[in-house]
Amino acid sequence: MRVVWSLLLVGVLALIAFFGAQAGGQALFGIVLPYLAMAVFLVGVAARVVGWARSTVPFRIPTTCGQERSLPWIKPASLDNPSTGLGAAARVLLEVFTFRSLFRNNRSELREGGRFTFSADKWLWAAALAFHYSFLVVFLRHYRFFAEPVPAVVAWIQGLDGFFQVGLPVVYVSDIVLVAALGYLLWRRLADARLRYISLHADYFPLALILGVALSGVLLRYFSKADIVAVKELAIGLVSFHPAVPKGIDPLVFVHIFLVSVLLTYFPFSKLVHMAGVFLSPTRNLANDNRMHRHVNPWNPPIVGHTYAEWEQEFHDKLVASGIPLDKE
Amino acid sequence: MRDRAWIFIGLAAFLALALAPVWQSALHGAARKPEPKIVTKAKQCVEPTAEMRRNHMELLNAWRDTVVRRGQRTYLAADGKTVTMSLSGTCMSCHPNKKEFCDACHNYLAVSPYCWECHIEPKEKS
Ligand code: HEC
Ligand code: HEC
Ligand code: HEC
Ligand code: HEM
Repeated sequence: MRVVWSLLLVGVLALIAFFGAQAGGQALFGIVLPYLAMAVFLVGVAARVVGWARSTVPFRIPTTCGQERSLPWIKPASLDNPSTGLGAAARVLLEVFTFRSLFRNNRSELREGGRFTFSADKWLWAAALAFHYSFLVVFLRHYRFFAEPVPAVVAWIQGLDGFFQVGLPVVYVSDIVLVAALGYLLWRRLADARLRYISLHADYFPLALILGVALSGVLLRYFSKADIVAVKELAIGLVSFHPAVPKGIDPLVFVHIFLVSVLLTYFPFSKLVHMAGVFLSPTRNLANDNRMHRHVNPWNPPIVGHTYAEWEQEFHDKLVASGIPLDKE
Repeated sequence: MRDRAWIFIGLAAFLALALAPVWQSALHGAARKPEPKIVTKAKQCVEPTAEMRRNHMELLNAWRDTVVRRGQRTYLAADGKTVTMSLSGTCMSCHPNKKEFCDACHNYLAVSPYCWECHIEPKEKS
């Protein structure tokens, strides 16, 4: 039932913005809340990253999926088990761009007749990749609302995204992929009893919220068309710090913007900060060179050594008195 | 420790990038909003202006489909007028100033309709 609450919550938020904007809350939903949300987002993410940067990393975690560098005739897995900083950087980038750790996702099942099976399960990886890349494309395309002149790259992305030239306004492939991937990711959590059991509000709410943002956007573009010239005026006003709400903005636009504001505000406090966190995952970004360099634990107290020579010096007279042979001499 | 510098460089890069539109508007000054110029003597568009402003592409799409798929060329507007469904022939006869009218809005939002690959653009002095 947790999923129902999350979906309901997003629905209520959408209704609040829809009616709130019509009841004169345009400046609130169009100016005040977006500014606040952006501030919370930037400060919040920065605070999380600074917090991670300040925590000590005591030891390189050698959780790896490949052969460590050892003897010259044993071939090391230089990406899965890098021994250099460069290799570790490549491992982080591969993780960021291709989600290799999700690619290793397995599924264990109890089949008929008590047979227990393990199998690869690539659906999570495929859907996650589809979701993140389509989100990125949609996000980059939105830059056209915030910049004048619009950079040429954004126009190229739009051209590629609308390659099939279906309908007017041209249907973007990324919109279909985004909604389909989100739908699958939500369904995935519901379809499997075990996954459902471990899924929390913190898992459903982000999915429901992003689905709400995407669906309100799709509505705006293809169905209940908004005057997007006016939307751009609003957006430009925000980024040039001369905010003003122009006339003729549909309530649905405020729903879209409000849901985005909620997403931004929620971001630093939720699992969504993995956007910054991936770069700092210790199992990905530390080279496995434990056997090549001495890593001294930074919080160890300084070790006060006491060598044999010093010990002998200390007890010199006693040793001599009891006739024990000394190293010195 | 040693890596902290890298983390802060990354964070600074992220913050700078996240505020990209702010830098761009600071560099380029406040954007002008488009003012599509009407040159025709007609008082009214095919449909009410507010409707055209949002939905002209859907109207064009409907026109295209009706002409190409069903062979009908006459459009009955909401106010009872009839017009010939034609992009170059109808729209552009009242809006022959494509650069100052259609493109004024389209450039503002980086929309580039591919229609003119086939349909004839009105001749204009650039
Ligand atoms: C008031 C500003 C404005 C004017 C004037 C205008 N357009 Fe548009 N037009 C737009 C906007 C904004 C879009 C994009 C809508 C979207 O992306 O949802 C658009 C989209 C289109 C599209 C769909 C393009 C695509 O790739 O999706 C066509 C076709 C089009 N306009 C034709 C015209 C023609 C022809 C004229 C001139 C007779 C014209 N428009 C005048 C604002 C305008
Ligand atoms: C009879 C002449 C005529 C024809 C034909 C015509 N228009 Fe218009 N159009 C006008 C006039 C006049 C206005 C301005 C109305 C106003 O100011 O209220 C206008 C306004 C518009 C606007 C809104 C501009 C704005 O500033 O918001 C768009 C978009 C538009 N026309 C597109 C088209 C398209 C696309 C076609 C072809 C389907 C078309 N027009 C055909 C005369 C025409
Ligand atoms: C591949 C070439 C091609 C492209 C690109 C194209 N059209 Fe057409 N269009 C045609 C042809 C051919 C006809 C049929 C002409 C006829 O029968 O009079 C037509 C007819 C039409 C008609 C009705 C007849 C007329 O005289 O206008 C409309 C409206 C129309 N197209 C709109 C559009 C719009 C809007 C776009 C851009 C989004 C577009 N077309 C892009 C080739 C094209
Ligand atoms: C995380 C942020 C956002 C996401 C995921 C998102 C998602 C979407 C999607 C999927 C669409 C459908 C059409 C398309 O892909 O272009 C859309 C359209 C739209 N979005 Fe967003 N959006 C976001 C932020 C914003 C913001 C901040 C604004 C405020 C300016 C905005 C304004 C619009 C408008 C006006 C449309 C209609 C576009 C059109 O008619 O072509 N969006 N959005």
